[in-house]
Amino acid sequence: MAAPTGIQSPSRARIAERTLRTDRWWLAPLVTFIGLTAWVAYATARVFQQDHYWVAEFHYLTPFYSPCVSVACTPEAAHFGTILPDHALIPYAAFSLPFLLLFRLTCYYYRRAYYRSFWLSPPACAVAEPHRKYTGETRLPLILQNFHRYTFYLALVITLINTWDAILAFNGEDGFGIGLGNIILVGNVIMLWCYTLSCHSCRHITGGRLRSFSRHPIRYRWWTFVSKLNTRHMQFAWITLGTLALTDFYIWMLASGTWSDLRFL
Amino acid sequence: MGYDLNMKVWRGDATGGELVPYTVPVEEGEVVLDALHRIQATQSGDLAVRWNCKAGKCGSCSAEINGKPRLTCMTRLSTFERGETVTVTPMRTFPIIRDLVTDVSYNFKVAETIPAFAPEKRRDDGTYRMQQEDVERGQEFRKCIECFLCQDVCHVIRDHEENKQAFSGPRFFLRYAELEMHPLDTNDHRKLAQERAGIGLCNITKCCTEVCPEGIKITDNAIIPVKERVVDRSFDPVTWLGRKIFRRDQLPESQTPTLPQD
Repeated sequence: MAAPTGIQSPSRARIAERTLRTDRWWLAPLVTFIGLTAWVAYATARVFQQDHYWVAEFHYLTPFYSPCVSVACTPEAAHFGTILPDHALIPYAAFSLPFLLLFRLTCYYYRRAYYRSFWLSPPACAVAEPHRKYTGETRLPLILQNFHRYTFYLALVITLINTWDAILAFNGEDGFGIGLGNIILVGNVIMLWCYTLSCHSCRHITGGRLRSFSRHPIRYRWWTFVSKLNTRHMQFAWITLGTLALTDFYIWMLASGTWSDLRFL
Repeated sequence: MGYDLNMKVWRGDATGGELVPYTVPVEEGEVVLDALHRIQATQSGDLAVRWNCKAGKCGSCSAEINGKPRLTCMTRLSTFERGETVTVTPMRTFPIIRDLVTDVSYNFKVAETIPAFAPEKRRDDGTYRMQQEDVERGQEFRKCIECFLCQDVCHVIRDHEENKQAFSGPRFFLRYAELEMHPLDTNDHRKLAQERAGIGLCNITKCCTEVCPEGIKITDNAIIPVKERVVDRSFDPVTWLGRKIFRRDQLPESQTPTLPQD
C-alpha cells in the first residue's frame, strides 16, 4: 500500500477525519452538479430534436439553432446559408454550438464549478479530495484549458450572430412588431454580452496584460469596464444558462403551437 | 453576559495527538483566541498557541476552526450558536510542531525562490515616478499579512504533499503578479511562474480567495492574470509572434535568486 499523503502525511497533525467542517459544505457542489447536468440534458435533447426552432410569423430563431446552417433548416431561418448535410447527429447549428461548449468548458468560472462538483478536486474548501495523484492543468487534456482565449474570440462572433437574430426578430411576416418573444431574445443577448465580455481572458486582452496602465489610458478604461463586469462573471454564467434555456423553451412552445406570443406592437 | 463555551482543541505533536474537550467561561464579544488563552491560563498551561497582534494584522494565529482555515483572533464567538462545540485544530497542510503550532518554513523556502524587484534606472533627477493607477494595481497584493491560510487551504499541497516541491502556492502567485504588473520592474517572470512556481498546477477552485482574511481577490486578480501571461508566452502563438515581430516587451527572463549558503 502506498504511503499516506495529503492531510494524512506522517509529518502533519494526526487527525483521522477528512474534514472537520460542520456546515453543509456538500450543498454547493451538489446544487452545481444538478444544475449543470439538468441544463446539459435539456440542451442536448433540444439540439437533436431538430424541430420547433423557428417561429415563422415573428421570425424568432432560438439560439440553440443559430446560425442555422444545415440543408434541413427552414430557408427563412438560415441567415448565413446552408452548408451542412442533414443528419440526425449533426446539430443544425454545428458551426456555433461546439465552440460555445468549449468556451464554457474552458471558462475560468465553469472550471472551478466542475472541478469542484464533478471531479471533487476538491469538493469544497478544506475537504480532502479523493484522488491520490494530482497534476492540475499541466498535462493533456487539461493543459488545453490554456486556449480559452481562442474560444473567447469565437464566442464574440457567435454573440454577434445572436444579436443579429434578435434584431431580425423585430421584423416579422407583417413587418415591424414587438412581442414578449422580442423582449426575451433581447434580454438573452444582453446577458450573453455581459457573460462574454466579463470573461477573464477578455480582461487580460483588453488591458490586463499591460505592465503600465498609465501609458495606455484607453485600454486602462476598457480594462476597468471589463473588470467591473468580471466581478460578476459567475452570476452571468448562471444567468445566461437560464436565459438561454428560457429563450429556447419560449420559442419551442411558440413554434409547436402550445401557446401564442404576447404582442405589444 | 458570560456563558460556558464547549471546545475541542487538538493537542499533540508529530508522534500523535487527539481532540481534547474543554469547557471555558467566555464573555460576549470575545474571539476564539480569547478562549484559547483562557484555557492556557486556567486549565492547560502548556497549550501551544502562536499569536502576536490579536488584531488580524500579524498573521500568526492561523488555525482551523470547525474545519475552516481562519485567524483565531478574528473569529468572534458570536459566529457560533450557543451550545455549539467549537473545534480548533492546527493547519493541516504544514508539519505539526505541537498543539496548534505548525512549521510553516515551507513558505519561507518558497519565498527565497522569488526574484527580487529589479527596477529600471532612476531618472536624471534621481527619482522613480509612477502614476496613481499603476500604484493602486499592486496595493491589493501588499495587503497580504502572510498568515498562510491560502497556502493551508490550497488542495494542491494540502492533499498532495509531493507537490510542495513543484508548487509555490497562492501567496506567492501574489508576488509574481505584483512583479509582473509593476511598470518599473525590468524582468519577465513568466517562465519562472510556469516552471518554478508551477502555476499550471492550480485549477482555480478559489479556496484561497475564500479564506483570505484580508479579502484579497487572489484568484481573479493574481493567479488568473499570471496564468494568462503564461499563456501569452507559452500557449498563444499569435501573441508570441506579435511580440517577436513588433519587438514589444522584450524583457530578460528572471532567474531564481542564488542565496548565500548557511
